[in-house]
Amino acid sequence: MIRSSASGLPKLTRHVWTVWHRNFDVFMKTWHVNFLPSLIEPILYLLAFGFGLGTFVTEIEGISYIQWIAPGLVAITIMYGAFFECTYGSFVRMYFQKTFDAIIATPINVEEVIAGELLWGATRATFNAAIVLAVVAAFGLISSPLFLVMLPVAFFGGLLFAALGMCFTALAPNIDFFNYPTFLLITPMFLISNTFIPLATFPSQLQTIALAVLPLTHVADLSRMLVVGKVETLGGLSPEWVLVLAAVWMAIVTAVLFILAIYLMKRRLIK
Amino acid sequence: MASQVLIKARNLTKRYNHFTAVDHINFEVHKGECVGFLGPNGAGKTTTVRMIYCFSPVTEGELTVAGMNVSTHSREIKKMVGVAPQEDNLDPDFTVIKNLQVYARYFDIPKAEATKRAMELLKFFQLEEKQASAIDELSTGMKRRLIIARALINQPQILLVDEPTTGLDPQGRHIVWDEIRSLLKQGVTVILTTHYMDEAAALCDRVLIIDNGKIIESGEPQELVKKHAGEDVLEVSYDETVLKALKEELPEAHIEIFGDQIRVFINQPHGVFERIVKKFPGVNMTIRNANLEDVFLKLTGRKLRE
Repeated sequence: MIRSSASGLPKLTRHVWTVWHRNFDVFMKTWHVNFLPSLIEPILYLLAFGFGLGTFVTEIEGISYIQWIAPGLVAITIMYGAFFECTYGSFVRMYFQKTFDAIIATPINVEEVIAGELLWGATRATFNAAIVLAVVAAFGLISSPLFLVMLPVAFFGGLLFAALGMCFTALAPNIDFFNYPTFLLITPMFLISNTFIPLATFPSQLQTIALAVLPLTHVADLSRMLVVGKVETLGGLSPEWVLVLAAVWMAIVTAVLFILAIYLMKRRLIK
Repeated sequence: MASQVLIKARNLTKRYNHFTAVDHINFEVHKGECVGFLGPNGAGKTTTVRMIYCFSPVTEGELTVAGMNVSTHSREIKKMVGVAPQEDNLDPDFTVIKNLQVYARYFDIPKAEATKRAMELLKFFQLEEKQASAIDELSTGMKRRLIIARALINQPQILLVDEPTTGLDPQGRHIVWDEIRSLLKQGVTVILTTHYMDEAAALCDRVLIIDNGKIIESGEPQELVKKHAGEDVLEVSYDETVLKALKEELPEAHIEIFGDQIRVFINQPHGVFERIVKKFPGVNMTIRNANLEDVFLKLTGRKLRE
């Protein structure tokens, strides 16, 4: 149960960025390895699905299949980057390395540690999205001048998935526990959230569910708008309303999950 | 003794659901002192230390550090406290020197100053040659020293060291002791938790013996030894007849059995036991000086007591 006291909102200062900085320093130590998956994966998907499958699926909503999945790949990399950073990555720092305990013994409080981790998860998602965008651009698949707006969207989408992952981290008894959210939540989203297969082709109930509870759907819709300038009618909503819903849904869910993640982690760490 | 009270606990209590880890304890720590928290595992030592550095919230009672309440001034308190925890929580993602630099950043210490302090600390703790090493290349003793070095990066007034020498070889222990002694000379106030009695006797001006969340005794180590264990201890291998005879010979003595050994404590000056040794020429008996461990076992070692 979440207590909503006067001090219910996390107390955050610029120390959040000190925590962020720690993770950034670690990341930069091995940046070439860290960038590799984001570089190779989209190339493989574009080749396999775009050129391979694309010879059978010639056109969706007036654009080629490879161009249709390219924004989906950007959305997926945001989800993976942030979710895995704040599940496996944060869990290792919290549980095995005791890094959080070490930081909490300094003037930085536990809320700031978790907020720093979440901002870092969002940052990783943004880095990854930037690389995938570059790959997509190299394949000549960008057709909207708004594609750079995808970077801030990646950050906020990343924050959402970071907070979602951190909630699981707060509840995880051990590291194997993450198999549950990965296979029950992340993999289904990877497949059905308007990424590789147009959501519009699914039954309308499933469209409604995807719009109501699957965050990746909204990130994918925004991505397709910003990268190739296309939005479909989904769940009975016109393209404009699909975008409005995506933005509002993400803003609300991110705020809720951000506060929930900090609350749950505080409950786990402070004894 | 300096009289300025730095840490003050009044009825300090910590409860986890129905378990009371720290039970209405009162104590004071003065500036410049080295105070040892002694107690068996699970006695409440670490919990008390964690409340001092504002990690664990206080359930009941009052705890102030430099006049500030731990519940309301955690940031200010943590600025002036250095914490060397019992477990290794060095950052394995960084080298030795980077560990200190990153830790300094948590205290808002500017980079140049942080590097300067880090180099001084590495020198002081004999880790200079290891500055570029990864954490997992360090020995247990080096890791312990680095943890203490890291606790000093903010030039704390109070250093909290939780079991500083657990798992160290004798050389490693003495290096750590020497370093703690020289910090004390520099005026740092030290709180040390340990279950090594020789460590407490070697370093502490005062010890608090904690068991089941309560302070059961406190005072200067030598004073406590005299009070509870006398001057000498007689040790004899366990034997029914010898035990009986000892009880008859020394009716006022306190006799305890530890495993297969009889220990006789007596509140009398040197010389009493020499008479006994002469009386039992065939029995192997040892007279030794009483120490803090005798006090500790006498006060906390219920389960082994006859």
